Amino acid sequence: MNREPPSELSVYGVPQLVKRELLLEDLRRLTQKHVDSCKEYKAILDARGWGASEARSLEDLPFLPVGLFKTETLKSVPVADIVKTLTSSGTTGQAVSRIYLDKETAMMQSRALIKIMQNFIGKERLPMLIVDHPGIVKDRNSFSARGAGILGMANFGRDHCYALRDEDMSLDEGKLEDFLRRNRGGKVLIFGFTFMVWKYFVKPILDGGMDVALDNAVLVHSGGWKKLEDEAVDNATFKRFAFEAAGISRVHNFYGMVEQVGSVFVECSEGYLHAPIHADVIIRSPRDWSALNVGESGLIQVISTLPHSYPGHSLLTEDRGMVVGEDDCRCGLKGRYFLVLGRLPRAEARGCSDTFEAKRKG
Amino acid sequence: MSNADKLKQAFVEALQVNSSVITDSLAYEGIREWDSVAHMQLVAALEEAFDIMLDTDDIIDMSSVAKAKEILARYGVAFNR
Repeated sequence: MNREPPSELSVYGVPQLVKRELLLEDLRRLTQKHVDSCKEYKAILDARGWGASEARSLEDLPFLPVGLFKTETLKSVPVADIVKTLTSSGTTGQAVSRIYLDKETAMMQSRALIKIMQNFIGKERLPMLIVDHPGIVKDRNSFSARGAGILGMANFGRDHCYALRDEDMSLDEGKLEDFLRRNRGGKVLIFGFTFMVWKYFVKPILDGGMDVALDNAVLVHSGGWKKLEDEAVDNATFKRFAFEAAGISRVHNFYGMVEQVGSVFVECSEGYLHAPIHADVIIRSPRDWSALNVGESGLIQVISTLPHSYPGHSLLTEDRGMVVGEDDCRCGLKGRYFLVLGRLPRAEARGCSDTFEAKRKG
Repeated sequence: MSNADKLKQAFVEALQVNSSVITDSLAYEGIREWDSVAHMQLVAALEEAFDIMLDTDDIIDMSSVAKAKEILARYGVAFNR
């Protein structure tokens, strides 16, 4: 497994058929590695009669429900090698995922994220406005998913400015004005979690009638649409209001999760999420988990060659999605492109993991 | 101040460690103090010390003190031994 993730191969330049072969080879080896070094993972696969090496296609590879990282300690390296533990945000009272990173995995994640984002932001580090409060990255040894996401993205920026106040998340207008004054008309990067950007940045600017000109900004945001759906805000609405509020016309949402940091699926100019060279998505039927075709909607499985220190390289999420096509997006990027259609209703999601647990223990 | 001294000082300030810790072989995530947060501060400190602008590739490549010297050399910062 010494192949560096996206390096020589262009992140979005490899046709799907070629990419599938590369991924299959890497993921078979990675599965075997985790079987050899994580006994809990081996037990799960054994119980389901799932072998690593016989997978003939990506669809044959074993996958774990993403929720398993909330209940089990799954790691494939000795405790001494762990340099960082990531936890999912999770709402109050819910169990959180715990993801253990060694140095190699952490570095591959940063590297992959940078290679992906260079396609949308460029190589130059831009003055960066972070739509969050500075306290989010305070505890250096255990970051929340939000904190880890912000630190990962902070690599793309310079002169980082946290736009919100620690106390109440309100927009710090003075800091924002200073930032605008320093970078008047220049290219800047704005990053934040989707809901935070909407509620604490776009809306207050619109409601307060503030004069904010960020015409040259690239806005990158992530973190799910659940709360925005409750306010009937979809991607198109989000973009329209970002433009109305601050003249922001370049907006890239991305889909990713703490269980696979570094494997992000970024929205292209056509509004579709694209799989980078080292990752892919498979859509599965929520009834029998069979792999579905282009144009059919179902549960999203994410696969990634990055997770070496924990067996998170093939995960069934609780999100619904649909592959739109392969290699033929009008934006020009190769590989699969898809849409996320929201989360599976809670009861159904729980049903999925219960079934999994029952099969495993039965 | 020599470039080597400037480099050392930037590391000391960013990582908050004793200067004796800063050797060529010191690696990113090799000590608790050189984590992702300190890395960002280090980049800012090096940019200021040498009046340069590093790009995103430089940041991921900067995996040790020796590597930092190599990268800075590309920006015309020479280190004499």
